[in-house]
Amino acid sequence: MDAGASRNGGGRVAAGHHAELRGVTRVYPAVAGYRPVHALGPVDLDLRRGEFFSVVGPSGCGKSTLLEVLAGLQPPSEGKVSFEGKPVHGQVPEGVGVVFQEDASFPWLTVWDNAAFGLRRAGVDSAEIERRVGDALAFMGLKDFQRAYPAQLSGGMRQRVCIARTLVLQPRLILLDEPFGALDAQTRLLMGDEVLRLWRRTGATILLITHALDEAAMLSDRVGVMSARPGRFLDLVETKWPKERDSTIVSEAGFGEVTARLWHHLRGESMKALGQSGAAAAGGRAEA
Amino acid sequence: MSRIGWIRLAVLLALVALLEILVRIGSIPYKTMLPPSEMLTALVRLLAAGTATRDIVQTLEPFFATYYAVPFFIFYPVLIAIFDLSLLPIILMGFAFAVIAMCIATINGLDRVPRVLGKVARMHRMREFETAVRMKLPAAAPHLFTGLKLCVAYSFIGVIASEFILAPSGLGHAIAYAYNDFDNRTMYALMLFVMIVVVTLNMLLHGWEQRLLKRWHGR
Repeated sequence: MDAGASRNGGGRVAAGHHAELRGVTRVYPAVAGYRPVHALGPVDLDLRRGEFFSVVGPSGCGKSTLLEVLAGLQPPSEGKVSFEGKPVHGQVPEGVGVVFQEDASFPWLTVWDNAAFGLRRAGVDSAEIERRVGDALAFMGLKDFQRAYPAQLSGGMRQRVCIARTLVLQPRLILLDEPFGALDAQTRLLMGDEVLRLWRRTGATILLITHALDEAAMLSDRVGVMSARPGRFLDLVETKWPKERDSTIVSEAGFGEVTARLWHHLRGESMKALGQSGAAAAGGRAEA
Repeated sequence: MSRIGWIRLAVLLALVALLEILVRIGSIPYKTMLPPSEMLTALVRLLAAGTATRDIVQTLEPFFATYYAVPFFIFYPVLIAIFDLSLLPIILMGFAFAVIAMCIATINGLDRVPRVLGKVARMHRMREFETAVRMKLPAAAPHLFTGLKLCVAYSFIGVIASEFILAPSGLGHAIAYAYNDFDNRTMYALMLFVMIVVVTLNMLLHGWEQRLLKRWHGR
């Protein structure tokens, strides 16, 4: 199903599209002893400017592949990807920031230097660096830890360092690849609140990859539900949450309905994915 | 390097220049051989793109692994024959002893750099060389220190032993001279000096490494 043309009214409005995927597939070529893996697609996706869009799907369905293709970190095998009307190929476009699931903080740099890394590379003047980094660290609650090294911080704080490092570059599209996957449930809820604050403040478009239905339902304007590998969009759920929201939305009556709808699709797909994992272990390779 | 050594080097460069000219003027067909300058440019381009680096490293890995099985002190007389009894053969022996330990440590370190850092580098639109310098080498630093410490020890072995065997001067030569002269006091004093220098250097590196690891692991 075309995620941009949802049955909930998410029709295509070209002027509002911030990023687009058209007929995108990704097939990992065969490597010694393993067959090629058709990981993704074909998928169509229209991201509206300024929306919070989440993608949920069973393990190994190609969610991270989708994000990397959109970011320009992987080429699509077929189809077209564009950001702000310009084709994406070969490199991450200016204006796109990515936060990864793994801890990507630089252990040899302090929190401050981690956050300032991209700005220094770009040759931004020191007063501007001071302003943007100070602002980002204050926003992410890291001001008191600016001289600390990542190893002295908790997993959640390290992830915030990575978000701050992306944030200072003022991206217009922020791609989050399961950034809270390694965190405990309470910290994830609180991090979700911080991401919502970040989204409201920056006005950026956010695409979040997650396997947590409650996280997707809580944070998003729209949630794309993906099938088991090769990942395709099965449904697009529009949450209709107000822009001013936080983790307390989980107590809203509608929250249960949204998660129930997501699970309705995902249950069967997750069962299929489990079967695929077994088959892959027997003779093929499963790629996320 | 001696005058003869410079002449040899000049002859070699002249031959390369001649090859360059012959290809450029068409005496050697361009399809048969590229001019040396273009070979060098192509190599630099390949290495900078990073496409060839991994293949080269993988090809060389078995040689690295068996390098220290070769008793390369046997080449010391050959180096003296080529470069005369000068500093250069001794420096080359010290380099030959140390370089592979550093290569192995660097390869190990680079292999252990988390893959996500490569993605971060691409997000920042960093080229291969900048990724190596600003991201991969710092990330591999703890392993590089292991290589550096080995380098210090191996290069001292190479230099002192070379001087010991055949050199007109140097610490190794002085130790050998004192030994042959039954001057035990000088011999042990020099041995102690060498040990103090090596241990001090290694302790400094160890201290630096510990400070780095404290940042890395927060303890």
